[in-house]
Amino acid sequence: MSRRAQLESQGGQTGPLDIVLPGISALLAGRLYGFLALGSWITLLGIAWIRRARIVDLLAQPGWDGILALVSFVVLLAAAWLAGNRGRFRPAASQEAEAGRSPAALASRRFRRHHQAVLGLALLSAVTVVAVLTPILAPFDPDAMNLSTGRLLAPSAKNWMGTDELGRDLLSRVLYGARISLIIGFLAVSIAITLGTAIGAVAGYAGGWVDAILMRIVDLFLSFPRLVLLITVVAVFQPSIPLIVIVLGLTGWMGVSRLVRGQVLSVREREYVQAAHALGYGPGRVLGRHILPNVLTPVIVAATLGIGNAILAEAALSFLGLGVQPPTASWGNIIQSGGDRILDAWWISTFPGLAIVLTVMSFNLVGDGLRDALDPRHVE
Amino acid sequence: MGVCNRMVARSGGPTLIRYIGRRVLQAIPLLIGIVTLIFLILHLAPGDPTAIWFNPGIPPEVLDRMRANMGVDQPLHVQYVRWVKAFLSGDFGYSYTHFRPVRDVIGDALPSTLLLSGTSLLVIFGVGCVVGSLQALRQYRLTDSLLTFVTLFLYSMPGFWLGLMLILVASTSLSWLGLPVFGMTSVDHSLLGPLGKIADVAQHLVLPTIALGLASAAGVARYMRGEMLEVIEQDYIRTARAKGLPERTVILKHALRNALIPVVSLLGLYLPMLFGGALVIEVVFSWPGMGRLMYDGILTRDYPLVMAASFLFGALVVVGSLIADLLYALVDPRVRYE
Repeated sequence: MSRRAQLESQGGQTGPLDIVLPGISALLAGRLYGFLALGSWITLLGIAWIRRARIVDLLAQPGWDGILALVSFVVLLAAAWLAGNRGRFRPAASQEAEAGRSPAALASRRFRRHHQAVLGLALLSAVTVVAVLTPILAPFDPDAMNLSTGRLLAPSAKNWMGTDELGRDLLSRVLYGARISLIIGFLAVSIAITLGTAIGAVAGYAGGWVDAILMRIVDLFLSFPRLVLLITVVAVFQPSIPLIVIVLGLTGWMGVSRLVRGQVLSVREREYVQAAHALGYGPGRVLGRHILPNVLTPVIVAATLGIGNAILAEAALSFLGLGVQPPTASWGNIIQSGGDRILDAWWISTFPGLAIVLTVMSFNLVGDGLRDALDPRHVE
Repeated sequence: MGVCNRMVARSGGPTLIRYIGRRVLQAIPLLIGIVTLIFLILHLAPGDPTAIWFNPGIPPEVLDRMRANMGVDQPLHVQYVRWVKAFLSGDFGYSYTHFRPVRDVIGDALPSTLLLSGTSLLVIFGVGCVVGSLQALRQYRLTDSLLTFVTLFLYSMPGFWLGLMLILVASTSLSWLGLPVFGMTSVDHSLLGPLGKIADVAQHLVLPTIALGLASAAGVARYMRGEMLEVIEQDYIRTARAKGLPERTVILKHALRNALIPVVSLLGLYLPMLFGGALVIEVVFSWPGMGRLMYDGILTRDYPLVMAASFLFGALVVVGSLIADLLYALVDPRVRYE
């Protein structure tokens, strides 16, 4: 394909019909993004129609939860429309830049060709969207009990995943559990990444005895099974979501700090770093502006994989009754509540477990894909 | 044995012994660090130790005497030195709930945990290496893509959930297998002969071992696949084939052995995960090991037991990593004992 033709196929297909059905022209031209845009548009409108009663409720009595969900819904809808009509707004110049061969463009192309990674990203987006829109999507109040007639019902058309021992709708609880798991995973990994980057950077940059001491601390934390440490801490303090987030963060930074330290050691003596020193920049600026951008790639990969691990650890903790406390739904504590009656009501433990596997798997897929895509040595 | 002799002969004996000695010495500060960490966790807890586990109705002078008995009236550094000394000499105090020295309680539970972890390690590395190599040898074929998906699925699975699912399947559609889903021994265990006893425990081991090992096995398989793919491309493999060696020999003797070397280093990495996982799996299957003990200890606020168990888990990882390093030196002749 000539470069000109390639450029023309990059965006551009937009007709009048796209105002109502964004992406239809692109879809008819056989472009993937048209399918995605139109698919999201129709799905979102479908959700709005089916759950219209709930949306009206949320508008009538807005809580933080509801406002966030409604705003996210509008943002998603707008994003789908803009994606379908991108030919309308994008100047040719930016399309040309996109088709270029900058490292970012190359990495993005490698990522898009990595089928597993794309699948992972799709799954991850789906899980995230569902978690954000939960107040709209959940068919029932996750805490509403029905002790008389609704206990331990098998999955049916009304309760897709059945009900638990208190007659609460399992699907709604699993949906609300997604938010808790994702939030805990995300926050914990943010702490871990910040801490790991700081410690690794200081160790690598300072060297000498500072490095030696910090690396012994890393060894120490690595030799403690994460779950054992978590359980010990939670046993002494009272379990609460902030505590879990902090402890998960404090037990997840070691890998990142080793990564960052190694990378800092390898760039510390480069000419451009010495030039920055020679220009009189302080260590903070040299680290932040000249050294740390180099470690961004492996850290992003570590963060993606780390969220999956944090979700697994939180689930295990909640399963043991030391994590998120009922009645707040989390995947771990739902599995625990079904564990005793696994033979009578298999659905209680089964569905949240599948949700964990799906979520963690999508993080792993994306992490693997990013690692391959961002690795400049990667050859196809 | 042969390998050992060869290695000692090659490296001149004393070097290896000095290497082992140095690694053991390096483990000591790590153990002290673990004890310190546990000490810190306990002392960061709100209130003083007596307040956590005793009835608030106790008169103050009795509480003072209790504090004196427990040594918590001493300054912090005195307490700390005592604590480290006691832990490193294996004196873990007295269990509140078992009414026996913690050391004895743990001594009873440790073998079961080591048994479960041991069989799981066999599964992790046995299954992992076989599956990973198989995938590498079938690259770009259906077997590989299918197994890639399966290993990823298993790798993302929480072990305790897998355990529950195994219990469900073993007691419903697979109940004809007669696999026990609870505990380590049957009710009539003491009536069985020595062989029957072994068979009984082995049966009880099956499900917990799978639940504990499968996710990590999938991790090893993913790693092994990559290593094997790299090794197969090497010149010496082409040379081996060019020499006319049978494919079997090329794979087993030339490729597999070299691909296994880096996999051995995974052992140290997986140990913390293994012991952490054992804790939850033991709870799921009521396995009478350290994890179960620790969990019960937490529920009953038996702090000496919990602290000792968590120290022991840490110590097991340190010792395990030591063994892994030595093993690595053993399989890779290029490792210098520096």
